[in-house]
Amino acid sequence: MGGTSGRPSTAIRVEGLSKTFDTAAVLHDFDLDVRAGELLGLLGPSGSGKTTLLRIIAGLDFPDRGRVLFGGDDATGLPVQKRAVGFVFQHYALFKHMSVADNIAYGLNARKRAERPDKAEIKRRVGDLLDLIKLSGFADRYPSQLSGGQRQRVALARALAVEPRVLLLDEPFGALDAQVRKDLRRWLREIHDRTGQTTIFVTHDQDEALELSDRVAVLDKGRLEQVGTPDEVQDNPASATVLKFLGDAVEVEAIAEGGQVRVDGRPVPGVVAPAGLIGPVKLHVRPWQFQLTDPSAAHLRGTVRSSHRSQGRQRIEVEHGPGRPLLVEDFDGERYAAGHPVGLRIVGGYVFA
Amino acid sequence: MTVSTKPRWRAKPRWRFRQPSVLPGFGITFGYTILCLSLVVLIPLGALVVRSSRLGLSGIWEVASDPRVASALKISFGVSLLAALTASVFGFLVAWVLTRYRFPGRRIVDAVVDLPFALPTAVAGIALAQVYAPNGIVGAQLEKIGIKAAYTPLGIFIAMVFIGLPFAVRTVQPLIAEIDKEVEEASATLGASRRATLWKVVLPPLIPAVLTGFALAFARGVGEYGSIIFIAGNLPYVSEIAPLLIVIKLSEYDYAGAAAIATIMLGISFLTLLAINLIQAWSRRRFGYV
Ligand SMILES: Nc1ncnc2c1ncn2[C@@H]1O[C@H](COP(=O)(O)OP(=O)(O)O)[C@@H](O)[C@H]1O
Ligand SMILES: [Mg+2]
Repeated sequence: MGGTSGRPSTAIRVEGLSKTFDTAAVLHDFDLDVRAGELLGLLGPSGSGKTTLLRIIAGLDFPDRGRVLFGGDDATGLPVQKRAVGFVFQHYALFKHMSVADNIAYGLNARKRAERPDKAEIKRRVGDLLDLIKLSGFADRYPSQLSGGQRQRVALARALAVEPRVLLLDEPFGALDAQVRKDLRRWLREIHDRTGQTTIFVTHDQDEALELSDRVAVLDKGRLEQVGTPDEVQDNPASATVLKFLGDAVEVEAIAEGGQVRVDGRPVPGVVAPAGLIGPVKLHVRPWQFQLTDPSAAHLRGTVRSSHRSQGRQRIEVEHGPGRPLLVEDFDGERYAAGHPVGLRIVGGYVFA
Repeated sequence: MTVSTKPRWRAKPRWRFRQPSVLPGFGITFGYTILCLSLVVLIPLGALVVRSSRLGLSGIWEVASDPRVASALKISFGVSLLAALTASVFGFLVAWVLTRYRFPGRRIVDAVVDLPFALPTAVAGIALAQVYAPNGIVGAQLEKIGIKAAYTPLGIFIAMVFIGLPFAVRTVQPLIAEIDKEVEEASATLGASRRATLWKVVLPPLIPAVLTGFALAFARGVGEYGSIIFIAGNLPYVSEIAPLLIVIKLSEYDYAGAAAIATIMLGISFLTLLAINLIQAWSRRRFGYV
C-alpha cells in the first residue's frame, strides 16, 4: 500500500534497531517510519531510550544491529557530518564564544568553499532566521546575554540554517519553566506549519506530545508500544502501558463474558471485551469515565476521601475497598465533603487481552 | 527627555563597597586582608622602591645600562618568555591528554605534573644539572648531536619550562574537563569536520585560561632562582640571570645596585602582567563570559 500517490512518503525509516550499552539493552528490535513533513512526537518515560534513538538517527551513536534509512537510502554507516540532520539539545549547546548571528551562520560557514553561499547570502539567511525566531535585534548578542527560551530559539535557528533533511529535538523545552514551555510549544507548531520541516521531537510530557504532534510514538523500555495520531493513541491505546502513560487511570476488577464487560453484575456501556476473552479482567478507567450517581444504581460504591477544584473541574478521590483510591473527575458544581457516601457509574474504559 | 535604555548588562555600576551579606564581619575581614597584604606585599615592595629611589632615575638608568646587567635582564625576560610559550603549548597538550583520554597510569602522570610545584627548587636545580650536564643521561646524548644544554641559555630555558609547566597545565585542565560534549556534537551535526570543530568550537573558549597559565609561567620563570643557577653555569653575558646578579651585588655590599636591578625587574614584571591582564580582559569580553 505504501506507494499510493497522495499518501505522504517516508522520510526516515529505522528497521530492527538494537542498541546495548555495557550490558543494558536500550533499544530492542525497533522499527519506526517517519513521514515527510510530519511533526512526530517521541513520548516515553525517562530512560526508555528516546535520546538513544534520536542520536542513532543523527549519527551521534551507532546501533548494534538494524538500519537507518533516509528517503530509502541506507544511512546507517554515514558519519554525522554527512547526514544533514538538525539536532537541538535540551541544554541548547550553543557556542558561547560566538554571537547569535555567528551561531546561526555556523553550519553554512562550515561548508566546503564550493557549496558555501557567499557572505551576503549567508547574512540574508541569518536575517531571515532571526525574523523567524523573533530575535531580529539580537544578532550581536552572546548566548550568555539571552534567556533560556531565547537560547533554545537560537539553537533551533542554527539547526534550521543548514536546511536539514530532518530536525531532531531532544526534550527541547525540558530546561524551561512552565510558561515559557507553553509559549515555545505553540511557536514550534507555528514554525513547523510554516516550514513543513520533517521533525522528530522527544518529550516525556504527555500534554506536550499530544498538543504538538501530528503523530505520537510511545516508547517503553526500548520498545515501540504504539504509533498514531493523538486521537488514535488516546481512543485506542494499544496497551495498558500506553494508556497509563497518556494520563491517569485506575484499575477496576471486572468480568468479561459474551463480549460484554460487567462490574458488580452491571454491564459497562461502550466497552467491548476483546474476542475470546472470558472471565476476570482488569478494566482501566479514566477519571472522566466515572459518573457520580445514586449508590443504588451504581457499579461501585465508596466514600469521598478528598476533593479539590482546579480549572473548572472537580477531582475527587473515592475510597473503595482496600486498593488505591479511585480518581474521579466531575464537572458538576456540587461539592462533596470527605466521608460523603457516593455511587460511581462507569461509562467507558479499556480492557486489554 | 527619553529615559536611557542602555542594556542592563552594560550599565557600569557606580563604585561602592560590596553590600554586606548575611554573614557578619566584613569590616574585620577587610581590615585583616589589607593588613596582611601590607605587611607581606606592599610594605616590602614600597621599601624597595624607596631604597632605589635614592639612586634617582639617572642612577637606575646607569645600573640598567651596565652591559652585564642589561644582558642579565635580557636573558631573564627573553628566556622566560620563550619558556612560558613552550610551557603553554606543552602544558596544553598534557592537560588535553590527561582529561580527554583514559589510559593506564593516567593518575600517576597527573600527580607527576605537580612535582615542580612541590620540589624544593634547589633539588630540582641539582637534578636538572645532573641530567643535562655533558656527562648526564640526556646531556651526553645532546652533546653527540652538538647541542650544549648545561651552562648555556638553553639550560636556563629547560629549567624554566620545567617549573612553568604545572601552571600551564593546571589552569587549562579544569576548562578542558568542562567542555560540553554536546557542543562538539552540535558542531558535527552542522556539518563541521573534526578539525573545524576543534579550531572553531573547542579551542577558542580556552584562550583566556591558556593566557593565564602563560602569565603565571612567565612570572614564575622571571623570578626563579634555585632551580636555574646550577644548570645555568652563570657565565656573565651568556647565562647569568638577573636574580643571580642581585645576589652577587648584595654579596658585594652594593645594596643600591641590587635594589636598582630589583626595581627594574619589578617594573618590567608589573608591565608584562598588566599587559597580559588586559589581553585576558579583552578575551573574556570577546568570548562573552564574565
Ligand atoms: N552512553 C551511555 N552509556 C551507558 N548507558 C547509557 C548511555 N546512554 C544511555 N544509556 C542508558 O540507556 C538508557 C536509555 O537512555 P536514553 O536513551 O537517554 O533514555 P531517555 O532519553 O528516554 O531518557 C538509560 O537507562 C541510560 O542509562
Ligand atoms: Mg533523554
